[in-house]
Amino acid sequence: METLFKPQPIRYKFFTPWVIFISAIASVGLIFLFIRYFFGLGAVTNLNQFFPWGIWIGLDVAAGVALAAGGFTSAALGHIWHREKYEVFVRPALLTALLGYTFVALSVVADIGRWYYVWHPLIMWNGNSALFEVGICVMVYLSVLYIEFLPIVTERFIGRVNLPGILKIFNRILDKLLRLLDRTLNKFIFVFIIAGVVLSCLHQSSLGTLMIIAGQKMHPLWQTPVLPLLFLLSAFAVGFPMVIMESLSASKSFGLKPEKEVLSSLAKFVGPLLGVYLAFKIGDMVIRESFIYLTQLNTVSIMFTIEIVIGVIVPLRLFLSPSIRESGTGLYIASILVIFGVLINRFNNFIIAYNPPYTETSYFPSIGEISVTIGFAALEILLYRAFVMIFPIISLPVKGMVQKTKYAIRGV
Amino acid sequence: MGDLNRRNFLKVLGIAGATVSGIPSKNLLAEPNSQLSEDRMGVLVDTTVCIGCRRCEWACKVSHDLPAGDIESYSDESVFERMRRPGNEGYTKVNRYTNINDPQRSINVKVQCMHCDKPACVSACIVGAITKKENGAVVWDTDKCIGCRYCLVACPFQIPTFEYDVALYPDIHKCDFCFERTKDGSLPACVDICPVEALTYGKRRDLVKVAEKRIQLYPDRYLNKIYGFTEVGGTSWMYLASTEFYKLDFPKLGDSTAPGVSESIQHGIFAYFVPPIALYALLGGIMWVTKKREGDKEGSK
Repeated sequence: METLFKPQPIRYKFFTPWVIFISAIASVGLIFLFIRYFFGLGAVTNLNQFFPWGIWIGLDVAAGVALAAGGFTSAALGHIWHREKYEVFVRPALLTALLGYTFVALSVVADIGRWYYVWHPLIMWNGNSALFEVGICVMVYLSVLYIEFLPIVTERFIGRVNLPGILKIFNRILDKLLRLLDRTLNKFIFVFIIAGVVLSCLHQSSLGTLMIIAGQKMHPLWQTPVLPLLFLLSAFAVGFPMVIMESLSASKSFGLKPEKEVLSSLAKFVGPLLGVYLAFKIGDMVIRESFIYLTQLNTVSIMFTIEIVIGVIVPLRLFLSPSIRESGTGLYIASILVIFGVLINRFNNFIIAYNPPYTETSYFPSIGEISVTIGFAALEILLYRAFVMIFPIISLPVKGMVQKTKYAIRGV
Repeated sequence: MGDLNRRNFLKVLGIAGATVSGIPSKNLLAEPNSQLSEDRMGVLVDTTVCIGCRRCEWACKVSHDLPAGDIESYSDESVFERMRRPGNEGYTKVNRYTNINDPQRSINVKVQCMHCDKPACVSACIVGAITKKENGAVVWDTDKCIGCRYCLVACPFQIPTFEYDVALYPDIHKCDFCFERTKDGSLPACVDICPVEALTYGKRRDLVKVAEKRIQLYPDRYLNKIYGFTEVGGTSWMYLASTEFYKLDFPKLGDSTAPGVSESIQHGIFAYFVPPIALYALLGGIMWVTKKREGDKEGSK
């Protein structure tokens, strides 16, 4: 008998010792964020006239966007290629992308000097600017993600609108509105699903274009005209490992049985995707002969080696092994390595490779910057936990034969 | 709409400038960012003439309403002990270098924005807050700027600076080629005050001829090179020196424009929106075909 999986809100207690610990980390980040808004960027960050971009751009924005790639890769697999068995991952990945991009936007608002002008690119265009492209795409994609999430909201509340006290009179009208929204979305959601994938491909690659304009200020190990392609390929590669890592983490945290079989078959995609990325990365290095910089032993060559060996080659080998793909621990470690590899790649591109003239100093993030970065990540985890407990995101096996209801996995 | 307004606005600005300099206004219909007037102005800096009096630093601050202090204090030569860069507190600085060939006569180098012909900051700016003006000036517009500091990342000369200590309304600071002064026909403040005519203000193409002439007349005095003539596609400010420029802390730059590759990639990905639309169509096709196949499978069950 085939087990039927259906997304449903997880019933579990919200606060555990770990959750309290994570909340504490998030609060520290928020305190530093307040200081930044009252006393300026210089009060909290180690940024200066030579190093204008730090980890808030290099990690929170660049790596944040890359690690949210699970959203569009699993949407493509589940909804565009219609591989139905992977649909159980679409909603968790959508939630990650939604929260991920929300925090990318928040990080931008924390980083730019005049945060209240963050909407300026909407009406003040500069088509030559890679940053403009990234900015517009991220804004539009964030809206698309919220639209893609709406069917989950309607599914949760249709027939269950129950406002307290005097607001009760709105129950019926609200329910009608939700049903109308649901019907409309059902017809047009495919437009947004495809748009989400296209927008993702565009800005994932444009993020790579960002540092090209820095020219020779960027180390030749990373500075290459194919950076946009490398960024796109690495985003493709990191999407499924993120989904796998989250699924395993959520299962552990909520005491659920992981859907190992589907995870293992999803893991089959990772090897080839990583392989293509590695081929282009190595090919680019050979063509530009930038490998000569690896003969010296310094921060740059060490960071590059870590990125390639620990972040790409080792996990590639792991993902190609069937026994690793079958084992939960193996999958978890291999996925973490890919995620680490992409994280360190973005860090290297934006921080390590950037070497401005006229200064002997180098940039190292301040306590405040690190606190905000970690604090945002902690907040994301907390919100993810809250969302899967409120909304039907994670699929659980339904006991007995159940007819596929209208609100089984559909839309997104 | 926004774009159109901006373009019209710039056109008006451009025409206003053109009537001053006498250029036919039909040239101005081109894209504001890419237009380069034949008559754009520039400055030739002769580092063999500069005496390092730093009056230009004082004049620059005064004309930009920055705290300038007493002009006498600028004769203090102890500042030359370390290299100084243009910053929020002053848009030009003079640095002193020992002259290996003639230790008695040190080399003084004034540093400020080079006002590139194809500026990386203009290409990079997310909201188009930095523009290359008709007269050659690269100017920052406070009303648009969002403070993202991408211009600091992009500039090959590391010129723009940001107010990190301002919480509410931080500005970008850079030399604006005294745009407000030159509009009225005045000289840039630094050129105006220079007591030894180390700075020559004029049309860029004339300055190139002046520089070539000087090199030709005094081949012993000058290195046979005009820095800024071809670097990053040419700059409005150009330099003459007696020694190799890299020894004077000028970056070694190629002749291709600073935003060159970046812009071609950007335009390649977005060539008339064809690639994104093609991708959309392709994915839509795949979605339709696979859905049909799934449907057939379910139907045959």
